[in-house]
Amino acid sequence: MSKILIRGAKVLGGEPQDVLIDGETIARVGTGLPAEGAEVVEAGGKVLLPGLVDLHTHLREPGREDSETVLTGTRAAASGGYTAVFAMANTFPVADTAGVVEQVWRLGKEHGYCDVRPVGAVTVGLEGRKLAELGAMHESAAGVTVFSDDGKCVHDAVIMRRALEYVKAFDGIVAQHAQEPRLTEGAQMNEGVVSAELGLGGWPAVAEESIIARDVLLAEHVGSRVHICHLSTAGSVEIVRWAKSRGIRVTAEVTPHHLLLTDELVRTYDPVYKVNPPLRTERDVTALREALADGTIDIVATDHAPHPHEDKDCEWAAAAMGMVGLETALSVVQETMVDTGLLDWAGVADRMSFTPARIGQAEGHGRPVSAGEPANLTLVDTAYRGPVDPAGFASRSRNTPYEGRELPGRVTHTWLRGKATLVDGKLT
Amino acid sequence: MQRHLISAADLTRDDAVLILDTAEEMARVADRPIKKLPTLRGRTVVNLFFEDSTRTRISFEAAEKRLSADVINFTAKGSSVSKGESLKDTAQTLEAMGVDAVVIRHGASGAPYRLATSGWIDAHVINAGDGTHQHPTQALLDAFTMRRRLVGPDAGLGQDLSGRRITIVGDVLHSRVARSNVDLLHTLGAEVTLVAPPTLLPVGVETWPCEVSYDLDSTLPKSDAVMMLRVQRERMNAAFFPTEREYSRRYGLDGDRMARMPEHAVVMHPGPMVRGMEITAEVADSDRCTVVEQVSNGVSIRMAVLYLLLGGNEPAVTHPSPTTPATRRSASASELRTTEEK
Repeated sequence: MSKILIRGAKVLGGEPQDVLIDGETIARVGTGLPAEGAEVVEAGGKVLLPGLVDLHTHLREPGREDSETVLTGTRAAASGGYTAVFAMANTFPVADTAGVVEQVWRLGKEHGYCDVRPVGAVTVGLEGRKLAELGAMHESAAGVTVFSDDGKCVHDAVIMRRALEYVKAFDGIVAQHAQEPRLTEGAQMNEGVVSAELGLGGWPAVAEESIIARDVLLAEHVGSRVHICHLSTAGSVEIVRWAKSRGIRVTAEVTPHHLLLTDELVRTYDPVYKVNPPLRTERDVTALREALADGTIDIVATDHAPHPHEDKDCEWAAAAMGMVGLETALSVVQETMVDTGLLDWAGVADRMSFTPARIGQAEGHGRPVSAGEPANLTLVDTAYRGPVDPAGFASRSRNTPYEGRELPGRVTHTWLRGKATLVDGKLT
Repeated sequence: MQRHLISAADLTRDDAVLILDTAEEMARVADRPIKKLPTLRGRTVVNLFFEDSTRTRISFEAAEKRLSADVINFTAKGSSVSKGESLKDTAQTLEAMGVDAVVIRHGASGAPYRLATSGWIDAHVINAGDGTHQHPTQALLDAFTMRRRLVGPDAGLGQDLSGRRITIVGDVLHSRVARSNVDLLHTLGAEVTLVAPPTLLPVGVETWPCEVSYDLDSTLPKSDAVMMLRVQRERMNAAFFPTEREYSRRYGLDGDRMARMPEHAVVMHPGPMVRGMEITAEVADSDRCTVVEQVSNGVSIRMAVLYLLLGGNEPAVTHPSPTTPATRRSASASELRTTEEK
């Protein structure tokens, strides 16, 4: 295997250092390392991070290959600096059997842009009634550790309790999409001042918060860990903070879009802003940023949700919910967390690599940038600033809310176990 | 005036008064033996109705025909929409046939706004009711009815509704009529009070430019007009209120309650009425109830809106005698437009 010398990179935002990759691992980290026949990448002060890990991605394959495939989705991931993604289970067929999760896992392995860790459904068909074969999915080649009915809430308290208990046998974790279904019937956007004016059905904060409150108490009662997907309200932050102070083993994620955008954007009735959970208010955005900074929210996860053009080029009520996010996540985090002084780059590495890898048990990912570790790395030009151009996305879908918006930061290189998947901003 | 009429909130006070004044001229046409003006001759207007509505569609159609427009009626039922065609394709198909204006009624809030702003078509867009969002021509005809009744058809010209106290009662949560009326009446200087059970008021209503009350009886004596909104019986199945009887007892308008209103105060309803639910037959059929007047005023208002959006600089109405007040009004309307162009 070849050697690569990354020269003058600010490792986790620190002083410039050289990093020598030998084969699949990091051989040396230091200053003034000799090239010795290695291919040299001049980092020129760019920031070097461990390869990012996304605990919440929709790759759409099998079933909706018109919006994304494992290939296009993992290329988008590499483009955004990711070396591992967790693929959500709401495919067609649903990833609720060992067969489906193994298929997704194999496709990721064959394409080689990014490790794909399939998420298994908690219940058969995401219907919330009968536990899927969680153990079989765990024992499959895909080695599933994260289970979620994402897109739907495991709303039945007994089913949720059983799932939390059952996965303890193999140290799995249930990731809950917290949405009380009855409170969100016909919901189209955040319930509040803007929904009242626009006449769009409200998705109240309490529909999220009540499920989170219930589930942290269930997790405490049965001694399990629970992960909260895409937490979106100030109230949810308070509940998670309280739960952690009590010693409950809860972890939580926030999406980049909930760190930046508010429901004021819905006034355009442009469905590019339609997402579940919905964009909330300025107050929520502030609380989410603070919670990510102080560690109440553990990680950033994209909820990358590709949709074909026609599902967004229509009236609001008819449009699909979701936004693509893999290729803009790091830029949004820089804009909202780093450039605001809330988080340094070491903090970003923690929230977008170390901790998501630990929660999802993504072996070989989220490791320190030091000798002997797998060479999963991302090089970021943090001085760059420019408009988002969806035409350049590797994703098959273009449903980004950031089109034309100026954002900082650009991933120039990504290495997956020493193999470059992105070089000078171009996929290999 | 803007190119489109999407929301009552988009109208300035002067826009709204101009529409009401123009509607007065249009109302005079209805009194003529031949109720027709040549203003929109050669222009094509499509009534694009994705939701069942008899009265609004007929009202627009009557207005368009009185202005000599060519009218195309398109209803979603039995059309390509029921075969899965998108709003965008439907609109573009119609525009390719040479449509100058689209009057749209749609079940999805914001559909007319999307049509007007997404670059799908170039035609003028008039919102004839979208979801639970807006119904601006209804608010205009309501304001027109109030001005005629409370100020007077002639005395009202050029006037707004400053200081008038308007009470709107019923299912505000699901009502585009209430939203449009709150916006427009506020713009026209009126003081609006919404009365409803708390379940039928949206979260966020506290930021609207109006008062909110749960008690109808205390509000009635302080009202110059009371507008009753339709309450659909199926709402009680979703636990918005316990029973039909309880709703009528607490929020329905009957003869006793009407007697508590000031003598000059009127009762309004956008229709269709659910007699025995929000209004008793006694009230609905009384002289104080303007429901039938609202229907004829609706045609005048829609003529005024179509004329002002599509009509160019021609005076709306030409009269046999140049000394009638109406001619002076139309002259001043076109002067106003010329002034704006400078």
